[in-house]
Amino acid sequence: MVAKRIIPCLDIRDGRVVKGVNFKGLRDVEDPVAMAAYYNQQGADELVFYDITASAEGRGIFTDILKKVAAQVFIPLTVGGAVNSLADFDRVLNCGADKVSVNSGAIANPALVGQGARRYGSQCVVLSMDIKRVGEGWHIFAKGGRVDTGLDALDWAMRGEAEGAGELVVNSMDTDGVKNGFDLPLLQAISQRVKIPIVASGGAGNKQHFANLFALEGIDAGLAASIFHYKEVGIPELKAYLAGKGVPVRLRQQ
Amino acid sequence: MIAIVDYGVGNLFSLRSSLSALGLVAEVTGDPKQLAAASHIILPGVGAFANAMAKLQGAGLAGVVRQQAAAGKPLLGICLGMQLLFQKSYEFGEHEGLGLVPGQVCPLAPDLAMAGYNYKVPHIGWNPLQIQRPQSPILRYTQEGDSVYYVHSFYAKNCDEAVVATSEYGVTVTGAVQKGNVFGTQFHPEKSGDVGLAMLKAFAEVETC
Repeated sequence: MVAKRIIPCLDIRDGRVVKGVNFKGLRDVEDPVAMAAYYNQQGADELVFYDITASAEGRGIFTDILKKVAAQVFIPLTVGGAVNSLADFDRVLNCGADKVSVNSGAIANPALVGQGARRYGSQCVVLSMDIKRVGEGWHIFAKGGRVDTGLDALDWAMRGEAEGAGELVVNSMDTDGVKNGFDLPLLQAISQRVKIPIVASGGAGNKQHFANLFALEGIDAGLAASIFHYKEVGIPELKAYLAGKGVPVRLRQQ
Repeated sequence: MIAIVDYGVGNLFSLRSSLSALGLVAEVTGDPKQLAAASHIILPGVGAFANAMAKLQGAGLAGVVRQQAAAGKPLLGICLGMQLLFQKSYEFGEHEGLGLVPGQVCPLAPDLAMAGYNYKVPHIGWNPLQIQRPQSPILRYTQEGDSVYYVHSFYAKNCDEAVVATSEYGVTVTGAVQKGNVFGTQFHPEKSGDVGLAMLKAFAEVETC
């Protein structure tokens, strides 16, 4: 039985980990290499790095950091941020990433998902979606959540699967940073429409929120940043709690 | 020196890093002389079976790997590298493997459907191991229930005598195999945290027989 995954997410800007609340007011947390090693030791099942650096110079710092992380941390690593071409896939995969997360790059060029899947396999391509409720439905937002594309989120999720994405990250902008729980209605709507694994992101505030998340069918992983970074919830205690609720999780044995 | 066979298949960054984190000297090489000089050989691989086998043969390395294994040098196939150790694969047709371990590589999806499971394929993620042959040297540091990281759509079958560890995913998935000094893991030890590192360490401690 495959374990439900607990995934800390590290937003990296100019070589440092940052975390925003509703994507605004970013503040520095810690050194990404030390943080990755810490999370590995805590029992994280995977790590996600988003490179939110704007400059080409910062991009170089990011790839150096990624190499340092991959040289020390031997769990799956997913990397996203400014992935717009197959050359960008190459750039991060050569630094030790296992999966590449595409977001705005796929909105600008939906064929990118299929191109990545054909060259590297679907398991390598993650479609990350920033989603916000608009009227009766949900829309896909681009450029770090700044631009409403008008795309229907449920349609986009199905399109991503059809193009060859191996996994979806569903990031709810409505619940992100609010710590009132994951966006269950949105996650349920998407899980009813796709078969590929879904990583839920945005809204985790306590252990109960993860239990509520995994009670939904078709959700494979919970991703969070601030509650782990600020040690509000520890991964070992979270996993012990979930195991007690009958959720299959990877427990490390001594 | 541990030789990691370089035949243009897959990303070797993590594998090389994990060996170096264990303090082991590893060389990524496609040079038959280096493979002959190595104490251990690791055969990595991702992608499609037929393509990988063709590349291995095209690089003139299939024979070298077979010879080294026949000479008793410890060999470890990882993921697709493990599948190549078998006699045959039924991935998009029928293809000959290295034939170092008896058994075949078959698609997971039809067997899952037959068993009545609608599990996702590829089988991706952390899955605990059930140890079938605890005395296998590659499991020296592995405990029942230790989790390892899988990414695959095909799996080895009809290889009972070689199976040393399995995982459950609707069907019983061949996790690790051993025949003499030939070892294979379907999962990625270089992505399986401390459990995987311990397995690589155990492999590095196997001596030529």
